[in-house]
Amino acid sequence: MSTAASLHQSRKRKNGVMMTLCVVAAGIGLAWLALILGALLYKGLSGVSLAVFTEMTPPPGDAGGLLNAIYGSVVMTIIAVIVGTPIGVLAGTYMAEYGRFSKLTTIVRFINDILLSAPSIIIGLFVYELMVRPMGHFSAIAGAVALAILVIPVVVRTTEDMLNLVPNALREAGTAIGAPRWVVIKSVAYRAALSGIVTGILLAIARISGETAPLLFTALNNQFWSSNLNAPMASLPVTIFQFALSPYEEWQQLAWTGALIITLTVLGLSIFARSLTGRREDR
Amino acid sequence: MSAVQEALPAIKGSRDAIVRRFALTDTIFHAATRAAAILVLVLLGGVAISLFAGSWQALSTFGFSFLTTESWNPVTEKFGALAPIYGTIITSAIAILIAVPLGIGIAIFLTELCPRALRRPIGMAVELLAGIPSIIYGIWGLFVLAPFLQTTVQPFIIWLFHGVPGLNNLFAGPPYGIGLLTSAMILAIMILPFITSITKDVFDTVPSVLKESAYGIGCTTWEVTRRVVIPYTRIGIMGGVMLALGRALGETMAVTFVIGNAHRISTSLFAPATTISATIANEFTEAVGDLYTSSLVALGLILFVITFLILAIARYMLMRIDARTGA
Repeated sequence: MSTAASLHQSRKRKNGVMMTLCVVAAGIGLAWLALILGALLYKGLSGVSLAVFTEMTPPPGDAGGLLNAIYGSVVMTIIAVIVGTPIGVLAGTYMAEYGRFSKLTTIVRFINDILLSAPSIIIGLFVYELMVRPMGHFSAIAGAVALAILVIPVVVRTTEDMLNLVPNALREAGTAIGAPRWVVIKSVAYRAALSGIVTGILLAIARISGETAPLLFTALNNQFWSSNLNAPMASLPVTIFQFALSPYEEWQQLAWTGALIITLTVLGLSIFARSLTGRREDR
Repeated sequence: MSAVQEALPAIKGSRDAIVRRFALTDTIFHAATRAAAILVLVLLGGVAISLFAGSWQALSTFGFSFLTTESWNPVTEKFGALAPIYGTIITSAIAILIAVPLGIGIAIFLTELCPRALRRPIGMAVELLAGIPSIIYGIWGLFVLAPFLQTTVQPFIIWLFHGVPGLNNLFAGPPYGIGLLTSAMILAIMILPFITSITKDVFDTVPSVLKESAYGIGCTTWEVTRRVVIPYTRIGIMGGVMLALGRALGETMAVTFVIGNAHRISTSLFAPATTISATIANEFTEAVGDLYTSSLVALGLILFVITFLILAIARYMLMRIDARTGA
C-alpha cells in the first residue's frame, strides 16, 4: 500500500515538474519574442517622422528618409506579384483540377514544397546567373524576377489546397448543365475558392516584402531616386542591411524605423489574410 | 412550323461551333495549367543547373580539396569551403538543440495545459511570428542581443569555465558579442515558431480516443504525452525538426548581422566565424575576379545540395504522417 502510494506520489511529482517545464518553455518563448517586438517598437518609433516618407536616403552623417527605398520595394513587389501569381494559380489549378491524380502532380507538389522552404539566397544566385550576368549589370527587373520565384510556390500551395476544398458536387452540378471544364473551373471552382486564393497571394506579398538575400545581388541598391527598371534600385530590406551595419547613427536609426515599417506591413498583411479565411476555420 | 424547320440546321451549326470552341478553349486552358505546373519543376532544375555552371570554374580548379580547405584568400585566389561549412553546421546544430525542447514544450503547453480561451490567440501569435522577416531578427541580434552577451553573459561564462578542461576551449577568447553562439541563439528564436506550430499541428492529429484511454487507466498528463502523444507523432515531429533545420542552414540575413564574417575554424563558440549564406551575402557583390565569384557560387551549390536533401527528407516524413491521418 505504501509503495503504491509513494509511486503515485513520484508519478505526480514527475508530472508536476514536466508540466512546469512546459509552462516555463512557453514563458521563455513568448518573453523572448516580446523582447524583440518591444525593442523594435521602442527603437523604431523614435525615428518615425514625416521625413521618413518624403525624403531620400541620406549620405552618411546626414538626416533623411527612406522614400526611394520604400518606392523600390513597392515597385519590385508589384511586378513580382504580377509575374508570379498567374503562374502559381495556373499550376495550382492543374494540380487540383486537371491532374489531381496524375503522377506529375505528385512530383510538382514535392518539388514545390522544397522550393517553398529553399534558402532565398540561392534564388538570388540563380537570378544572378540567369539575368544579371548576361545583361552585364544589376537591375530592378532582376530583383523582381527573384521575388516572383519566391511568390510562385506560396501561391501554388494555397491555390491547390483551396481548390481541393471546393466540394465536388459543385463541379458536378456545373458539368451536368453542360458547362465545359474550363467554365466550371473559372465560374464555379475559382469563385468558391476565391478568398483562399487571395489569402495565398497576400501571404506571398508578406513573405517577399521582407526578403533581403535575393535582392542583394540582383537589384543591388541605389542611393538615389530611380524609377528605371533596367538599373539598380533601392529596396527597404537592403537599405536596412546597409544602414544597420554602418557606423553612422542617423543611418542606424533609419534602419530601425525601416525594420518597424516592414514588420508592421508583414503583420498587417498576415492578419488581413487570415481574417479572410478565418470564418472557414471556425466552422 | 416551316420557319422552325428552316432554322434548325442553323441552330445545329452554331451549336457545333460553340461545342468546338468550348473544346478548343478547354484544351488551351488545360495546356496552360500543365505548362505552369511543369515550369515549377523547370525552376528547380534551372537553379541546380545554373549553380553548377556558375561554380564549374572553382570546382575544376580546386577539385575535391575545395571541401576540405580552410583557407579563403581573395588575394592569392585560394579558396576552400571548410570554414563556412563548419560555421553553418555548428550554428544550425546549436539552434536545433535550443529550439527543439523549447518548441515541443510550448506545443505541449498549447495542446494540454493552456486555458481554452488563450489557445487560439497564442497559437495565432506563434504563426504570425513565423512570418516576421529574418532581417528583423538580425538587427535585434546586432543591436540588442550581442551587446548584452558581450557585457554580461560572455565574461561571466568565460570566468566560470576558465579552469575547466574542455569547456575552457569551448568558451574562450575575448567576448566580442558576435560569433557562433550569438548566431545560433538568433537562429533558435527564428525557427522556434516553425517547430512549435508544426509540433502543435501533429499533436492535434492524435485521436482523442487514444489519449482518453490512457487517461482512463490513470495516466498523468506527462505520461500521456510521453507514452502516447509523442510516440504517435514521432515522424511528424522529426519532419518538423528537419524542416526547421533546412531553414536554419539556409538562413542568411539574421546570421550575417551577428556572425562576424571570419573565415577560420575555432573551437570557441564565442569566436567570430562565418556561414555559407553569410559569406555569399557579404562578399558576392564585392568579389573581384571570376574565380572568386565562381567559388562563392560553389558555396551556394553546396548549400543547395545540403538543404535539398534535408528538406526532401522532411517532406517525405511529413507526407507519411499526412497519408496516415488521411489529410
